[in-house]
Amino acid sequence: MALLEINNLSIQFGGLRAVDDFNLTVEQGELYGLIGPNGAGKTTVFNLLTGEYKPTEGVILLDGKDITGKSAIEINRAGVARTFQNIRLFKQQSVLDNVKIGLHNRYPYSAVSAVLRLPSYYATEKQMNEKAMELLHVFDLDGEANTLSSNLPYGKQRKLEIARAMATEPKLLLLDEPAAGMNPNETEELMEDIRYIRENFGMTILLIEHDMRLVSGICEKLTVLNFGRILTQGETKEVLADPEVIKAYLGDE
Amino acid sequence: MNFKQMTKTSRDNLGTIAMLVVAFAVVQALRAGGFVNSHMDGMLVPLCVYATMAVSLNLVVGILGELSLGHAGFMCVGAFSSAFFSKCFEQSMGTFPRFLIAILIGGLVAGVLGFLIGIPVLRLNGDYLAIVTLAFGEIIKNLVNVLYVGRDAAGLHISMRDQAALGLAEDGEMIINGPQGITGTPFNSTFTVGFVILLVSTIVVLNLVNSREGRAIMSIRDNRIAAGSLGIPVTRYKMFAFTLSAVIAGCAGALYAHNLSSLIATPARFGYNMSILFLVFVVLGGIGSTRGAIIAAIILTLLPEVLRFMADYRMLIYAVVLIVMMIVNWNPKSRAFIKAHSPKKWFGRGKEDR
Repeated sequence: MALLEINNLSIQFGGLRAVDDFNLTVEQGELYGLIGPNGAGKTTVFNLLTGEYKPTEGVILLDGKDITGKSAIEINRAGVARTFQNIRLFKQQSVLDNVKIGLHNRYPYSAVSAVLRLPSYYATEKQMNEKAMELLHVFDLDGEANTLSSNLPYGKQRKLEIARAMATEPKLLLLDEPAAGMNPNETEELMEDIRYIRENFGMTILLIEHDMRLVSGICEKLTVLNFGRILTQGETKEVLADPEVIKAYLGDE
Repeated sequence: MNFKQMTKTSRDNLGTIAMLVVAFAVVQALRAGGFVNSHMDGMLVPLCVYATMAVSLNLVVGILGELSLGHAGFMCVGAFSSAFFSKCFEQSMGTFPRFLIAILIGGLVAGVLGFLIGIPVLRLNGDYLAIVTLAFGEIIKNLVNVLYVGRDAAGLHISMRDQAALGLAEDGEMIINGPQGITGTPFNSTFTVGFVILLVSTIVVLNLVNSREGRAIMSIRDNRIAAGSLGIPVTRYKMFAFTLSAVIAGCAGALYAHNLSSLIATPARFGYNMSILFLVFVVLGGIGSTRGAIIAAIILTLLPEVLRFMADYRMLIYAVVLIVMMIVNWNPKSRAFIKAHSPKKWFGRGKEDR
């Protein structure tokens, strides 16, 4: 059974069908890319997947369970975590606290034990700190754990968003343009990190990206979206060689 | 754990609590030494009330990030419900347990109301939420003004028309008399009680902020969509912060009520001007800083007393100060200036705060 199965997904905004009859199957452990020109509806697919938007039609199955139309909170608990194209960190909080917010549902203790500083508070906070530092270490951010997150350089902010999403222990990780604004070196590091988390955390990853070096470097399969509809999907090499795809990206002759 | 190993936040929190305890000790020493005149002595309980209100509102405005303009309403409910309880049980209970229960009832009733109002109000954001809380604050005050409650051998009589409609027996006693409010509430509020309420509220808020719950609440403030995507139950934490804030405001109201011989829901005491005044405390203290809010509350409550000769211009000064602070706090140039000339640099601590 596929980890993620999307059937006939559509959403209509007034007269505009932003996503039309979208189908996708992502197997456990796959690294899947979603590409397409600007305005093709890629981020809209992510917003539908994470409950930001409710689909007009279609079904989304995660691990066989129907998550169509559920709230963002329920979908996260079902096992989907994401990053955002326009970075959405908790800017007034430290790097460490950003990750600890991701750990919120995994390490519970009551408000009473927080207010009275009971032993369960100290014990759980300690576990949270350790777990958060572990995740920050993966992305080489552990040196900046106490920095205010808005003071991180841009590339590291993107990495912190991934670490924070990973903290919710998702089955499926959605990355919305993780390499946007990164220089070639940073992109190279990011590719390493994505490979690392897939191998060591058994993560299934669906990502949107414009950087073709990253897409062809790490994605095994691709779906190309144009004007809200699927242009083509399949193995990365075949898709990138497709003349239709080249036309959509570079235009007609 | 020694002082240096503690995180910066824990040290800050300890500093805030130490500041309160030292201030209390100094004032008590001055009073014992006879340095405090009776006028200033009378200011001590209101000071605690306003500082507690600042802590309460800071939880909603600074930490949850929602603008509430109706906090005087919660204080009003706490004041009347606790005074009502005290009037009913003045004869039948000892002072200490009765006052303790009265404070808890003030907090509880305000908390329940905060929860109920929160259900519709917290579906809104930003300006809309501010306007609706402003309206609720006024509605509460006006409802209390038309409330008549009396007691006789047959039990309690409640009306919202007038005193005659109660049909009270000859030996009956008015408890809440409409626009004349509650008279003869026992004088139980002392500086010590006020200090304890302020200290407990401060510790509760500081401990909460520095925990899983507090981080979740602040994540809603910083980015609601990201908080939802991480599975933070946004609505639940908004309700939680708003209700807790109402509870604290209710306790402050109880303290306020037991410091007055006649408790009347006048606009000057519980109207929107008061709500704005509490907001001024929070803004001047630096939004989100509990310590700052307390200091601002103390300074702005004492200032008109010190500048009594220009009391007529008090509200004008508040407005001007608020605008100036807003400009100074948020203008990038002035921020850079403050950062560059921060006194923390002299102690080599500037780096920690980057």
